[in-house]
Amino acid sequence: MAKRIEVSDLNVYYGNFLAVAGVTVSIEPRSITALIGPSGCGKSTFLRSLNRMHEVLPGARVEGKVVMDGQDLYGPDIDPVNVRRQIGMVFQRPNPFPTMSIYDNVIAGNRLNNHRMRKAEADELVEKSLRGANLWNEVKDRLGRPGSGLSGGQQQRLCIARAIAVEPDVLLMDEPCSALDPISTLAIEDLMTELKERFTIVIVTHNMQQAARVSETTGFFNLNGVGQPGRLIEVNPTEKIFSNPDEKATEDYISGRFG
Amino acid sequence: MSIATQSALETSVPQQEPVRARRRLSRPALVGLYLAGVALGAALSAVTGFAVTSTVVYGVVLATLVVYVATRAVEGRRKAADRLVTCLVTTAFGIAMIPLVSLVYTVLEKGLARFDGAFFSNSMFRVVGEGGGAYHAILGTLVITALATLISVPIGLMTAIYLVEYGSGRLKRAITFFVDVMTGIPSIVAGLFAFALFTLLFGNDVRMGVMGAVALSVLMIPVVVRSCEEVLKLVPNELREASYALGVPKWRTVVKVVLPTAVAGLGTGVTLAVARVVGETAPLLITVGLITSTNLNPFGGRMATLPVFAYYQLTQPGTATQAFLDRAWTAALVLIILVMALNVVARLISRFFAPKTGH
Repeated sequence: MAKRIEVSDLNVYYGNFLAVAGVTVSIEPRSITALIGPSGCGKSTFLRSLNRMHEVLPGARVEGKVVMDGQDLYGPDIDPVNVRRQIGMVFQRPNPFPTMSIYDNVIAGNRLNNHRMRKAEADELVEKSLRGANLWNEVKDRLGRPGSGLSGGQQQRLCIARAIAVEPDVLLMDEPCSALDPISTLAIEDLMTELKERFTIVIVTHNMQQAARVSETTGFFNLNGVGQPGRLIEVNPTEKIFSNPDEKATEDYISGRFG
Repeated sequence: MSIATQSALETSVPQQEPVRARRRLSRPALVGLYLAGVALGAALSAVTGFAVTSTVVYGVVLATLVVYVATRAVEGRRKAADRLVTCLVTTAFGIAMIPLVSLVYTVLEKGLARFDGAFFSNSMFRVVGEGGGAYHAILGTLVITALATLISVPIGLMTAIYLVEYGSGRLKRAITFFVDVMTGIPSIVAGLFAFALFTLLFGNDVRMGVMGAVALSVLMIPVVVRSCEEVLKLVPNELREASYALGVPKWRTVVKVVLPTAVAGLGTGVTLAVARVVGETAPLLITVGLITSTNLNPFGGRMATLPVFAYYQLTQPGTATQAFLDRAWTAALVLIILVMALNVVARLISRFFAPKTGH
């Protein structure tokens, strides 16, 4: 549980286009690392390269190393499917499976991979995951109903429950609150603080207050111009980033002078 | 706003002049004007020798003009243009409905004569005059269409899955192009293809139900591919990503997430493709032929099918001509009912399998 990820000299390409260049960062276990930066600077691309989700797009490839507890995720004998089983992901828009009930959505990771489970085992996993996502009390009476009948915030927590039900080591969150209202956002932020006891969490956010509220470490991405690759400008403890950043660009960004 | 504050406002602010209301034509007045125009058309038609066709044509044109001129005089140009286009669109709809209504009416009128129990329970075995039925042809059509569906759906569905989920580059473009070409193949060519194929394989004078099924599936596959492709494209990419992020391999994602999500649309598409080929005549005429007795084995000899049955009843009536013509019309009626039933089934499928939204 909760592993460290070491990224060194990572370049991410889409075809011939270099989207993210030269990222070197160490992501600490049992903490929340926030990635901030203007739109199109490669935060999401970098995040998706951590569990090889960007490879879903044709022509996407990387150079450099991503090592999780001594295991190179881009090694020649590594199956991306296995990487994704260890590194879960929550997306910007809540995306529960519309054909499945709340119950089935939570155990989708097991069901879709044909893991046979006894009923009692499945029940236990569903309850544990929903409790872990702070959703159990709201849905325990209607587990058989479709997941798409929930509110946006509940759907997002359902997606988090689904992601933690497969017991990943790392949880990636790509702007998980940008489609939600402030109350649901608060619920998810509280949840993240609880989850970091068990998981390594990396979150991309456009909301700098959110980064300041929840994260221990913050990374600032930026790009010099359109068509240029995005770069990781600075990684530091969140308090330092928001009070006394090393780089001028970071200070300009968080003080709202651009972006 | 309470009445007190409203009156207070009215006293403090000088009464504003309302937007100038134009005179308006009421709905009955418009209908009356239209009917007057039609009456004018009838009068004009009577001058040149009364006929229903000319009455309708003159009537519609004149009524449209009358409504336009009256609206323009009373309500202004913008409203008049609106009414004119409304009249034109409604007329166009009416014209489009003429063939459909006429066809359904004719088939019902002439087909109901033999729409009885005997038609559904008797074949034409040893029937030369009156009586007999299309029992053998109805079952034959069902068997051959089911076989064609069995051939087309796996091929068509898998092609669609390839195009949407896996294909890229030149091969995908080539397949799309050839599917488009196949959509345009005349049905007789599909029949000749099956005829030639089976003649090469089994020698001259071979006649089998499965030949017809192959010919029909040549026509059906492109329709299935097209409709399934469109439906699969509608499945949100987010669901695929959600599945990948759970560590589910691609093929499992397709089978367990994409297909179940799209199942309503897939069912509808397949049913409509079946409806498209169930009435095909030409390919069955040259591949399956016709017999008078009941043959339900698609691998042994000629079979009867409804379209071919109707064709022969009409073109080769025996001595009891009227009985043959009646049977042809009833066969056409049954075919139309079959297609309509398939369309209803398609709608039911899309309703029952649609993803539930809760509540």
